[in-house]
Amino acid sequence: MHLAYPAVLAALLFCTGLYGVLARRNAILVLMSVELMLNAVNLNLVAFDVWLRDTLHAGQALTLFTIAIAAAEIGIGLAIVLMVYRNRGTSDVDRLRDTAEGHEPDPNATGDSTADTTSTARPEVAA
Amino acid sequence: MSTTTLAVLVPLLPFLGAVAGLLLGRTAPGFVRPLAILPTLAAAVLAVTVAVRQGGGQPISTATELTPTGSVPIDLSLYIDGFAALVAVLVGVVATCVQLYSTAYLREDPRYPSYAALVSLFTSAMLLVVYSGDLMVLLVGWEVMGICSYFLVGHYWETEAARSASLKAFLVTKLGDVPFLIGLFALATDAGSFRITKILGTVAAGGLDHPTLIALLLLAGVAGKSAQFPLHTWLPDAMAGPTPVSALIHAATMVAAGVYFIARLLPVFAASAAALVVMAVMAAVTMVGSALAALAQDDIKRVLAYSTIGQLAYMTGALAVGDRGAAVFHLLSHGAFKALLFLGAGVIIHAAGTNSLAAMSRMDGLAKRIPDAFWTMTIALLALAAIPPFAGFFSKEAVLVAAEQTATGHSDLAPSAAGWLVLISGVLTALLTAAYAARLWLMAFRGRGTPAPDHGKEPLAMTGVLWLLAVPSVAFGLAADSLADWFDGRALTPTVATSVLGTGAALLGAMLTYALWQRATARAASAPAAGPARRATAAEQPAAVAATVSAATAAAESAAETPEVAEVTHEHPAVPAGPAADPGRALLGPLHRHAADGFHLDALYDRLFVRPVRAAARLVGFLDREVVDTYVRGAGSGTRLLGGLVRRAQTGNVQSYLSALLAGAVVLAIATAVLANVNAGS
Amino acid sequence: MTPAATLAAAATTGPGFLSPTGVEIAFLLVGLATLGAALVTVTTRQLVHAALWLVVTLGGIAVEYLLLTAEFIAWVQVLIYLGSVIVLLLFGLMLTKAPIGRSPDADSGNRPIALGVAVVAAVALVWVVVDAFRTTWIDLDGPVQGSTKVSGEILFQHWVLPFEALSVLLLAALIGAIVLSRRNDPADAGDAGDADARDKGKR
Repeated sequence: MHLAYPAVLAALLFCTGLYGVLARRNAILVLMSVELMLNAVNLNLVAFDVWLRDTLHAGQALTLFTIAIAAAEIGIGLAIVLMVYRNRGTSDVDRLRDTAEGHEPDPNATGDSTADTTSTARPEVAA
Repeated sequence: MSTTTLAVLVPLLPFLGAVAGLLLGRTAPGFVRPLAILPTLAAAVLAVTVAVRQGGGQPISTATELTPTGSVPIDLSLYIDGFAALVAVLVGVVATCVQLYSTAYLREDPRYPSYAALVSLFTSAMLLVVYSGDLMVLLVGWEVMGICSYFLVGHYWETEAARSASLKAFLVTKLGDVPFLIGLFALATDAGSFRITKILGTVAAGGLDHPTLIALLLLAGVAGKSAQFPLHTWLPDAMAGPTPVSALIHAATMVAAGVYFIARLLPVFAASAAALVVMAVMAAVTMVGSALAALAQDDIKRVLAYSTIGQLAYMTGALAVGDRGAAVFHLLSHGAFKALLFLGAGVIIHAAGTNSLAAMSRMDGLAKRIPDAFWTMTIALLALAAIPPFAGFFSKEAVLVAAEQTATGHSDLAPSAAGWLVLISGVLTALLTAAYAARLWLMAFRGRGTPAPDHGKEPLAMTGVLWLLAVPSVAFGLAADSLADWFDGRALTPTVATSVLGTGAALLGAMLTYALWQRATARAASAPAAGPARRATAAEQPAAVAATVSAATAAAESAAETPEVAEVTHEHPAVPAGPAADPGRALLGPLHRHAADGFHLDALYDRLFVRPVRAAARLVGFLDREVVDTYVRGAGSGTRLLGGLVRRAQTGNVQSYLSALLAGAVVLAIATAVLANVNAGS
Repeated sequence: MTPAATLAAAATTGPGFLSPTGVEIAFLLVGLATLGAALVTVTTRQLVHAALWLVVTLGGIAVEYLLLTAEFIAWVQVLIYLGSVIVLLLFGLMLTKAPIGRSPDADSGNRPIALGVAVVAAVALVWVVVDAFRTTWIDLDGPVQGSTKVSGEILFQHWVLPFEALSVLLLAALIGAIVLSRRNDPADAGDAGDADARDKGKR
C-alpha cells in the first residue's frame, strides 16, 4: 500500500481538527476537534511504524500512550469546562475574555471586538 | 621657624580663617570678628617678617611635588624675591585695614560673616598668587580671586545693579582668563615646566619658540584682571559692591595681580618687542581715556574706579618700557593711597548720605563733619595727583623716568616708540589726574548750600584705619632709594626733567580746575535767579539744544543722588536740586557727555557681543524646543501609537490568539519547505 | 501484487497510483468516509450530532488501523474512544446544557480566519507529504506486526517504564479531575460523585 494514502489522510484530518479548534464556539466541540487532531497523529504513527517495520514498534507503543493521554486530557478538559460553565453560565470560548485589554467585569459583554480580532489577525493569514 | 614655613603660613592663615568663618558664621556670631581680623593681621605680620628676612637679597625658592602630573609637572612651590615680599606686605596691610574698617562699616549688615570670610579667602588667594613659584598654583589663586570678586561685588544682591555688576565682573575677567590659560599652557609647553624659575631660565637661554603669541595671550588675561582697555568696563560697575570691597579688591590687590604677574614674567614679555608695543598702546589708551572718564563721573566711587584704571595703566606703561621696579613701586604706593581714598570715600558717603558729587557740592561744611576723612583724603588726593613729596610723586616719577630713558634710547629693554608713547600719555594723564583729583576735592569738601547732615562721630575703626594708611601715602616715597635694592637695582629716584614736567602738568591741571570751579560756583550762585529767565528765552535762542542737554544731565544727576546701594542706613535730608558747580563739565566741553558714559564702550560691546550672543541663544533655544524636542516627543508618541495598535490585538479571545500563532507557524513551515526545495533544486 | 508496468515513472519500488490493490481501495473508501465524517463533525450546527459524527470518524480510523494490520490499536481505539471518550463528551454536552437541535451560533466569529489557516495548512502539509512519500510503499505482507501478542511483548519488554509512568499520569489526571469538578458548596456535594464515575469509565 502506498504510504501517501494514510499520510495524506492524516494531514487532512489534522487540518480538519485545526479548523474545528479555531472555528468552534462551544468548548466541548473544541475538545472534540482536539481529539480529531490527536487521532490524525495516531494514524501517522501507526502507518509509519508499519512501513518501517520497527523492531521496537515505537509507533504503536506511542499510539497507545497517546490514546491514554488523550483520555486523561479529555477528562481534565471536561472538568475545567464544567467548572467554567458553573462559574460563568456559559462554555463559549469567545465569551471568556477576562484577559482582554480594557476588560470590563461583565462576563456577558462580548461587544463588537470580534470584528476587531478579525481585522487585526487577517494580515497574518494572508501572509 | 624657617622663612619658608612662615611664607607658607602667610596665605594659609587667611584661608583657614575664611573656612572657619564660613563654618562658624551662623552658629557662633561672636567669633566672626576675631576670625576675620586675627588671621589677616597674623598674615600681615608674617609677611613683614618674611620681607625682613628676605631683605631683597637672593630669592627664596623651594618646591615640593605632591604627585606626578604628566609631561609638565606641577609643583607646590614658593618663589619669593623682593617684589613678592613687598607686594605681600602691601596685601597683608591693606587687607588688615579693610577688615578692621569693615567691622565698623558693615556692623549692621546681616551678611557680615560671609562677607568677612570671603574677604579673608580673597586675601589668601592674592597672597597665593604673590608667593607662588608655579604658574598653575598661581592660576588657582587667580581664579579664586575672580570668584570671590563675583561674590563680593554682588554683596548687595537685592539690587539689580549689584547683580548685573557682579556678573559683568565675572564674565569680563573670565573672557580674559581663557586666553590667559591657553597662554600659560603654551608657555609651559615651550619651557617644559610651570616653575617660574625654569621658565625664566628658558627665556634667558632664548628657548622660547613663540614669545609674541604667548605674551599677547597672557596680556589678554592681565587686561581682564587689571582692568585695562578694552576689558576695563567691569571695574567702574563693580563699585556696586561695599566700599571696603572696592578698596581691597578693586584698588590694592586683585587688579594689581595682573600687573604683578607681568612683573614676575617680564622677561617673557620683553622677549617680544611687538608685545611691549601693544602693551604700551594699551596703557596709553587706558590712562588717557580713563582719566577723561574720571573727570566726568558724578559718583565718587566711579571717579575713584576710573582713577584706579588710569593708575594701573601707569604700571602697565612702566612694564611696557621694561622697568618692573618702577611698576611695582607705583603698585605699592598706589595700593596704599588708593585704599585710603576708597575707605575715605566710604566715610564721606556715610556722612553725606549720597554717592553723588553733585549733591555733595551743594552741602556746606562736609569737611568739618568728618575732619579725619577730610585730612586723609586730602593727603591721598595729593599723592594721587603726584604732588611732591607725597608717595605718588616718587612712584609716578619712577615710571616717567623709565619711559623717558627708553624714549631717548638710554635703555634698550623696549622699543623707543613704546617709551615715547608712555611718556607723552603719562604727562598728559598727570595733568588730567591732578584735574580730577582737584575736582573731587573741591566738589566734596568745598560745597556750598545747605549744611551737611550730622550723623555724629565716625567710629574709631574707620578713622583710625584712615590715619594708618595715610602714613605710607605721605612717607613711602622717601623709601625710593632703599627700594631699588629690593628690585632689579635700577634707580627709582626722580630726575629733574621729568619731575618738573610731571609736577608742572599736575599743578597746571589743578589750577585750571580750581579756576573753572571758581567760575562755575559763581555762576551757580546766580543760577537760581537767572534759571527761569534763561529757560523762558531758551526757545528763542539758537542754543536750545544746549539747554536740553543741560536739562538731561540735571535729570541724570538727580538720579545719581539716590545712593546706588543700600549701604547708607540712616536718614538724610533731601538736597535741594539745582545746577552744581562742576569744573569737569567746563574742562571737557563737548567731550563731557561721552566721557560720562565711559566713551560708550558698554553700548558698543552690547551691540557687538551681547546682542549676537542673545540672538544665537534664542536660535539655539528655538532649535532645541521646536526641532530636537519634536524628535524626542515623536519617539514618545510613536511608541504610544504602536502600543495602542498592539493593545487592540489584546481582545481576550483565545481563538484569535491561537489563529495568529498557527498562521505564523504555517507561514514558517511553508517558508522552510520552499527554502528546502530551492536549496535541493540548486 | 501487480507489477507497475503501466506507470514507469513512479514504479521503481512498487506499483503506481493507477493500479491499486484491494486493500488500497478499501483504505481509500474508508478514508473518504472518515474525512467526510470529520468535516461534518466540525461544521454541523447540532452539537449532539457533532459528537455522533465524531463516533463515525473515530470508528473509521479504527478500521484504517485494522487495514494497516495494527489490530490491537484498533480495538483499543474502539474501546477507549468510542466507548468512553464519546460518552464523556456527551455527558459534558449534557451537563453544560448544550441546546438540542440546530444552534445558530455554533461557529465563532473567528471562522474565516480558521478556514484560511486550515486550508493553507492542509495545502502545505499535503504538498509536502505527497512530495516526500509519493513512491514509498508499505509492504503489508510478512509477519504480523500489530497483533495483541506482538504489542504485548514489545509493551512489556521495551516500554515498561514509560507504561508505568503513564499510569502515574493517569492517576494524577484522575485526582485532578475530581478536585476540579468537586463543588465547594456543601449543598451540592452529591455532584462530586459523577466526576468520579466519569473517570472510572475512562480507565
